[in-house]
Amino acid sequence: MNYTWNWGIFLEPSPEGAGTYADMLLSGLAWTVLTALCSWVIAFTLGSVVGVMRTLPSRTANAVGAAYVEGFRNVPLLVQMFLWYFVLPELLPARLGSAIKQMPDAPFYTAVLCLGFFTAARVAEQVRAGIRALPRGQAQAGLALGLTWGQTYRAVLLPNAYRILLPPLTSEFLNNLKNTSVALTIGLLELTARARSMQEFSFHVFEAFTAATLLYVALNLVVIAGATLLERRVAVPGGR
Amino acid sequence: MRLTDALLLVALTVAASAPASAQDLTGTLKKVKEAGALTIGYRDASVPFSYLDGSQKPVGYAFEICLKVADAVKAHLGLDKLDVRLNPVTSATRIPLIANGTIDLECGSTTNNADRQRQAAFTNTHFLTATRFVAKREKGLDKTDDLKGRTVVSTSGTTNIRQINEINAARGLGMRILPAKDHAEAFLMVETGRADAFVMDDVLLAALVAGSKTPEAYTISSEAQSRPEPYGIMLRKDDAAFKAVIDAATAALYKSPEGRALYDKWFTQPIPPRGINLKLPMSEAMRKACGSPSDSPDPAAY
Repeated sequence: MNYTWNWGIFLEPSPEGAGTYADMLLSGLAWTVLTALCSWVIAFTLGSVVGVMRTLPSRTANAVGAAYVEGFRNVPLLVQMFLWYFVLPELLPARLGSAIKQMPDAPFYTAVLCLGFFTAARVAEQVRAGIRALPRGQAQAGLALGLTWGQTYRAVLLPNAYRILLPPLTSEFLNNLKNTSVALTIGLLELTARARSMQEFSFHVFEAFTAATLLYVALNLVVIAGATLLERRVAVPGGR
Repeated sequence: MRLTDALLLVALTVAASAPASAQDLTGTLKKVKEAGALTIGYRDASVPFSYLDGSQKPVGYAFEICLKVADAVKAHLGLDKLDVRLNPVTSATRIPLIANGTIDLECGSTTNNADRQRQAAFTNTHFLTATRFVAKREKGLDKTDDLKGRTVVSTSGTTNIRQINEINAARGLGMRILPAKDHAEAFLMVETGRADAFVMDDVLLAALVAGSKTPEAYTISSEAQSRPEPYGIMLRKDDAAFKAVIDAATAALYKSPEGRALYDKWFTQPIPPRGINLKLPMSEAMRKACGSPSDSPDPAAY
């Protein structure tokens, strides 16, 4: 291997003018975190709604939920990213479309929406599984007490289901975090994009991607630590 | 630089005593001799330097230069037969593949600069690009000062947009500079009249104009907004013997009428797959660079 290693490269100024290569990667990390958090808000809320819909005793709600999940789960994420970014503005009225195209940070908003809707389909399936995992008696007991369906879900089913779901939802969150890298294809300057441009400028490709990998791992470890803490705090005393 | 020059001199002397026997060969030359094969890395969409034509075969200006270089290596080693293998590369894979020996030459539009020379070596410059702008012919824009008070677009995240911002500030031209997300969108903005000019590498502009619906409706500025930036064929670092052979072969080619014909073939005539014509005659700087081939990464040298 004829390769010149230079770990000091991170402290050298980047040709973009502002700061060092390390600053460049850290700004990418900040965009990655921001995109992951914003899209998770959409994914969790929408995913919960769709997941609940698929467990309701209503055919229409079931069908709508199933259609959503199959649509967003079966189209590759990269294709969805392109559809949101390149196709959607063309389908809107011309003025609205060009306003969207000229919006500053358009790749960021697009990535948040796209990832949010994509991950929501996966969250929905987890939520459905979580609710289905509960004994049927729980819903029946709630209804027998005179609670409405809404009250039964809110007070009985969902609090139990979410506790079961914490570990798989943590995985889903980590997936979402790593999926933000797909947004580099529509021009979001997140961590992977920054590592790529760093190797483009400096030709130190292994250093750039090693640093990016370590940052992803560190970030995921923080998330896992946070999830474990949360799991402990919400555990029902005396429960399993 | 002194040391490199000395090394080069030594290498040239070695190269002159061809054909060499396998014992005193080192690095890439030894590897090529033993394997009877040389691997060329090509790009899939770097028009007109190195790209795939209609039948998915690599073609291009830099690619043809590499084939000639391979012939020179074959002659230098005194081989009857040299197997030229092809390997596709991208901007992200070219360095690792050069470093680990998968490819021996990278033929494309890779910019030769001082930072990159710490990681790889470059042979003589085969093209010089500079920042210029494209505008509709009817607007009559040709010099940097013509852009005063105009709306100008460039692609976000490129060095070109930084350069035009600096010029705007330094000369107080009062341009409105819009960032576009990619080259196609930036060009579309000029096409639809939302911007007066698009600032970018001249060779990319020429390709966009040639591929547009009405190529004759656009002009590319005669004044450049940056100094020329050299493109070179990349090879492994610290392999003076191999570099000497490649340098000698490319220098001979660029100085010859054949080199000139090769340039004209790819830049002034219709090229595959769609028969577009870049209409980019050889610039003054490029003519100079062909007369005295150089591998300098410094724009001031051209």
